[in-house]
Amino acid sequence: MKDFGGPCILLDRNDINTDEIIPAKYLTENTKMALKPFLLEDLQLEGFDPQSEILQEAKVIISRQNFGCGSSREHAVWVLEVNGINVVIAENFARIFRQNAFNCGMLAIELSQMEIAAIFAIQPTNIAIDLEQQKISASGAGEYTCDFELNPFDKELVKAGGWLPYADKNY
Amino acid sequence: MGLTLTEKIFATHHRDTPSEGNVVLDIDVVMCHEITTPIAINDLVERNLDRVFAPDRIKAVIDHVSPAKDSKTALQEKILREWAHRHQIKDFFDIGANGVCHAIFPEKGFIRPGNTVIMGDSHTCTHGAFGAFSAGVGTTDLEVGILKGVCAFRKPETIKIELTGTLAAGVYAKDVILNIIKRLTVKGATDHIVEFCGPVVDNMTMAARMTMCNMAIEAGGTSGVCMPDRITAKYLWPFIKDEYADITAAIDDFKKWHSDPDAHYAQTMSINIDDLVPQVTFGYKPDEVRDVGEMAGTKVDQVYIGSCTNGRIEDLRAAASILRGKKIAKGVRGIVSPATPKVFSTALDEGLITIFMQAGFCVTNPTCGACLGMSNGVLAAGEVCASTTNRNFNGRMGKGGMVHLMSPLTAAATAVTGKITDPRDYL
Ligand code: SF4
Repeated sequence: MKDFGGPCILLDRNDINTDEIIPAKYLTENTKMALKPFLLEDLQLEGFDPQSEILQEAKVIISRQNFGCGSSREHAVWVLEVNGINVVIAENFARIFRQNAFNCGMLAIELSQMEIAAIFAIQPTNIAIDLEQQKISASGAGEYTCDFELNPFDKELVKAGGWLPYADKNY
Repeated sequence: MGLTLTEKIFATHHRDTPSEGNVVLDIDVVMCHEITTPIAINDLVERNLDRVFAPDRIKAVIDHVSPAKDSKTALQEKILREWAHRHQIKDFFDIGANGVCHAIFPEKGFIRPGNTVIMGDSHTCTHGAFGAFSAGVGTTDLEVGILKGVCAFRKPETIKIELTGTLAAGVYAKDVILNIIKRLTVKGATDHIVEFCGPVVDNMTMAARMTMCNMAIEAGGTSGVCMPDRITAKYLWPFIKDEYADITAAIDDFKKWHSDPDAHYAQTMSINIDDLVPQVTFGYKPDEVRDVGEMAGTKVDQVYIGSCTNGRIEDLRAAASILRGKKIAKGVRGIVSPATPKVFSTALDEGLITIFMQAGFCVTNPTCGACLGMSNGVLAAGEVCASTTNRNFNGRMGKGGMVHLMSPLTAAATAVTGKITDPRDYL
């Protein structure tokens, strides 16, 4: 199982799409590692710099609504993975992105609008995640803790290390 | 309570319920292209799992960058080609026989009512036009599909969209779906099936239904879907004629998939399209849609006609009806990519290719081309393209470029004037 939690970056926008996470022109790469330098290269967000140290060090992304909409490219999940980001927290996700994340044994955590707002409000620098207890603790200018829900099947995928090992064993 | 079409397909393809609300389905057709499949193949080889569940149920095509534009894309095509040969996948469409996946696979009759279909491509929702459950998936889902013929889904709910009224002259299926996306928003159908029905859909060609279902994903939808009927049966007839006594028998059989009158819907929308006018997107999201009049006059550098949304023969005919005997505006580049070899050769026979060429269009081979900004018409920063494709994300057709989505009619009228133009002025 992967490691979850650590330094975080806030992406304060709705509808961040897969082309912004990894542009199509990099889909010619045949390894996940080759995607590493291009994370969020085309993201349109005031004050955001894809070369910033915060992004380099982040292990968790926090965003608003409909994260990962658009293309089915799993590259959008892999480019996070090879940059050490194994958790995305948002109000909701596009279906394919969410499934791809769990299929890779990563966490796509959905919280309510209020909870996301509360997390943004304390300007967190770190997120701790307790997968067993399903608890998130954000710390920054203040502290904020809340429970999160996980679809039991998605949780099993995370524990199995992804959908391929799970399916190979069960079907 | 009755069932929706999708619920019926889920019931007949059920393999497992790993937990409440999650289902593993048996998959009838797994489709592959050269962008998302090679990395799946490499991973399966590395894991010592280089097998396929059923070679005759796997379909593969090179379409996104065709022919290869550089060493990297050549390698992607080589990996797919060698894999298809190694596993005796006979429905593999290589350079010369290839076309855009969501146009060529239906044309070959691969999708039938009641099928389950997956592909590593978000616009796989297109095939719901045949009354199938057809969903775009990522590479891991694709790998498991190739290996085991199964895929996991959350049980989706359905949004029913009933379309009444008559499409005015110059208004197109593309305008209807753009308007629906505007209403639903880019996330309004997430985890939902979008069921299109009503008299407007009953009278739509398969091409128009595919245009509608193609863009369900732009509202977040898992799939679009239309009820399979006489029009579906006629389209499929060359492929199913040995299975049924006559067309009527096929139509009757297809009825078993129809949503029941008392089926449960998460939401029902009724839209009268009598007053609908041509629609155009204005921003970087496909729900940012305006009436053509509000966008009229916007200068464009390029006009692109093609893609899995609007690269079919009906679309080329529509565009050519406006371009016939005219020239595109000075300073505008026109590019048309017929979606499949069959579309290309039909367009040739009907004289459409000549019309495009005399108007000043560049005619490319069948490919996704400019649609995703990988080849054949990438924009420079600051350039604007009027496009019949399905996605206007920032950078989609080239970094710093702007894409306005519209129908083939609106795109053709725009080519003639060099500015976004209401096609009804040219009818
Ligand atoms: S034409 Fe465009 S949207 Fe359709 S499959 Fe190709 S790249 Fe995707």
